[in-house]
Amino acid sequence: MVRPKVELLDIDLVNQIISEGIAILENPGIRVHNQEALEILANAGAKVDFQAQVAWIPEKITRQALKTVPHEFTLFDLNGNPAVHYFGDKIHFDPGSGGLTIIDSQTERPRIPLTNDLIKFVKLVETLPQIDAQSTAFVCSDVTPEIGDLYRLYLALIYMNKPIITGAFRKDTWWTMKEMLSAIAGGDKALALKPTAVFDVCPSPPLLWSDTTCQNLIDCARFSIPAQLISMPLAGATAPVTLAGAVVQHTAESLSGVVIHQLVKEGAPIVWGGSPAIFDMREGSTPMGAVETWMISSACVQIGKALGLPTHAYMGMSDTKIIDAQCGLESMGSNFIAALSGANMISGCGMLDLESCLSFEKLVIDAEMIGMAKRFVKGIEVRDNPIALSLMQKSGHKGEFLTLPHTRKWYREEQYLPSELIDRASYEGWKSRGEKSTFERARDRVEKLISSYQPTKITKELRQELRAITLRAGQSFGMQSLPPLPQGE
Amino acid sequence: MENELFQKMAQSVLDGDSDAASALAKEAVDAGIDPLEAITKGFVTGVNQVGESFASGQAFLPELVMAGEAMKAAVATLEPEMQKRGVHRTMLGKVVLATVEGDIHEIGKSLVGTMLSASGFQVYDLGVDVPAARIIAKVKEVDANIVGLSALLTTTMVKQKEVIDELDKLGLRKKVKVMVGGAPVTRDWVQKIEADGYSEDAIGAVAVAKQILGL
Repeated sequence: MVRPKVELLDIDLVNQIISEGIAILENPGIRVHNQEALEILANAGAKVDFQAQVAWIPEKITRQALKTVPHEFTLFDLNGNPAVHYFGDKIHFDPGSGGLTIIDSQTERPRIPLTNDLIKFVKLVETLPQIDAQSTAFVCSDVTPEIGDLYRLYLALIYMNKPIITGAFRKDTWWTMKEMLSAIAGGDKALALKPTAVFDVCPSPPLLWSDTTCQNLIDCARFSIPAQLISMPLAGATAPVTLAGAVVQHTAESLSGVVIHQLVKEGAPIVWGGSPAIFDMREGSTPMGAVETWMISSACVQIGKALGLPTHAYMGMSDTKIIDAQCGLESMGSNFIAALSGANMISGCGMLDLESCLSFEKLVIDAEMIGMAKRFVKGIEVRDNPIALSLMQKSGHKGEFLTLPHTRKWYREEQYLPSELIDRASYEGWKSRGEKSTFERARDRVEKLISSYQPTKITKELRQELRAITLRAGQSFGMQSLPPLPQGE
Repeated sequence: MENELFQKMAQSVLDGDSDAASALAKEAVDAGIDPLEAITKGFVTGVNQVGESFASGQAFLPELVMAGEAMKAAVATLEPEMQKRGVHRTMLGKVVLATVEGDIHEIGKSLVGTMLSASGFQVYDLGVDVPAARIIAKVKEVDANIVGLSALLTTTMVKQKEVIDELDKLGLRKKVKVMVGGAPVTRDWVQKIEADGYSEDAIGAVAVAKQILGL
C-alpha cells in the first residue's frame, strides 16, 4: 500500500546538505554562550575559544552523536498510557505555542490573554480528538512575566490528560517546571521512564546557542526529558535566502544541538524540529503561510529522517489577523504538506498572525483540517479481495449500497466524518440552521465542546502541590498570590 | 426474561442486523409474546435510539438505514402471528412514495421511505420514473393519507405540480396531503404548487409527515 508522501530533496542533495551542515560546525563553528556547554565540548575534543564563546566541532564528534541519538521515543498521557509515538512517518498535532494574544470570540479581534483564556484553551484541546498533544499555547498576562512559562504549564497540568509540548524562558524556571512534571509522574526516574512533556529548545539564527536555551538543552538531557530542537533560520535575513541554503543552516544548528545533548547524556531523547521561515521582502515579516516556508520545513523534516531522528515541524499556521479565507487556505496547505512530510509532531494549529496570536475558533477549524490530513496520509486501502467484483456481482444494478452491511462495516474507516463545523448541507438546510459563516459555526462548536469537557483524574493533593510550587516561584519574583481558579476547580 | 429479549431486539436494530432481528422476532413468536409488544417495547426502542444518536452526530445514514431494514425484517417475521391473532399494528398513516416521471434519482426518496416506515408509517414505495397516473391509482387503491413526490432535476420538478393538479381534478386533493422533496425544491416552489410540506432531508421528513397529519 502506498503511503502518500512528499519529499523535496533527492538523495544526493540530502547528503550534500548534511555534509555542509557538518562542515559548518568545523568552520565557522557554533557560538555557545553557555560556559558548561563550552566545557563539555572542549572535553570531548572540540576546539573552543572560551573568550569568544565559539566552538569548532570536528566531524568525528558530530558523527558519534548521531550514533547514540535515539530513533524514537514515546510520550505518555497523565494516566500513564502511551499517547504519542515519535517514530518513522507517524504524525501528531499540537497547537502553536508562545502566543502573545488571543482572538476575542465576540469582537473577533486580538486581546491580551488571561488565566481563564488558557484554561479554556487547554480544555478545548482535550476535547478535540484530532489533536494529539497539548501545548503551553500562550502566556497569561495576569501573572508576573518571570513565571509566565511555568504558570502556563501549571494551568495545563491541572486540566489536561494529553501529553504536552512546552518550553522554559529562563534557566531557573526550567527546574520549577521539571519539579511539577516530576510531582505528577512520581519522581524524576518515573518521569524519565514515562515522559509526559517535551521541552522546546531554540538556537538563535545564525549558529548561536544562548545561555538560557543551551542550559535547558543540557538539563533536559541530564534528566532524559525529551528536548525538541527549534532551529529557525529566516531565509534572506538571518539565513541564506536560497531554500536549500536555509536548510543547510537549520541542519548545522540542529546538529550542534544534538552534539551538546548527546555529550551530556548518550541516548537521551531529542527531536529534530524547527520553525524556519522565509523573510518577507515587502513587509519584513516572517510568513508562516508562505509556500516557501512550508518547503523549507518539509526539507528539514526530510533531513531529520535521513539522520534517523524523530522529527517536528512548526506548520499549519496562517499570517492573517482574523479567521478568513487566507487563514483557511494557508493553514490547509501547510497542514497537508506537514502531514505528507511525515513530521512526528506538527505544532501550529490554532495559531495565526505571524506566530503571535491564538484563536479558539481557528483551533476547532484546524482540527477538521487535521482530520482530513490524517485521513489523506492513510491513503487508499484495499479492504476486500477482489476489491469490488464480488460485491458488484451480488448487488447487480441496484444502487442500494446504503443498505448493505459492507457500507456500515467500512464507512467510518473509509470516510473522515467532520463535525457540523464543515457545512455540507443543502442551501435550504444551511439557511434553516441560521445561515452561519465558518467563524460562527466554529464559535458554536467551541462552546459545545467546552461544555462537554470532563475533569481529569488529578487528585486534590496533587493540585495543591502544583499550586504551592507555582506560588513559591511567584513569590520569589515578588508575586504574593496567584489568580484564583474558577469556582470548584 | 421478556425484558432481556426486548433489549436484544433493540440491540439488533442498533446493530442494523436484519438476520438477528428476524431470529429474535421468531423467538418471541415461539415464546408466545404479543407481537405488538415485541415491536413497541423491543424493536421500536432501537429505532428511537438510533434516531437520537443520529441527531446528536454519533450515528450516520448507514446506521439509520440499516436500523430501518432490521425493523422491516422483524415486522415481516411477526406479520403472520399478528394476522393469526387478528391484531394490527397501529400505523401513523399510509404514504405513497415515488420519484416522478422522467427522473431516476432514488436515494433521497428511498431514505425517506426507510425513515417513515421505521417511524411507524405504512409506506408504499413505487420506485423511480413513475407516471402521475400510476401514483394516483395507488393513492386510490390504498386510501393513502400522504403522497410523497421526489424530483432531483429542475426539469422534472414540474411533474410534482402535475400530480397535484391531477389529484385536484379528481377531487382527491382534500383527502391526501402532498409532501415534496429533492435538491431543487425550495419553500417558494412548495407554496407555488400548493403542496402541504417539504423537508430538507430524510430525518426531517418524518417530522413533516407527522405535522401535516396533525400527529
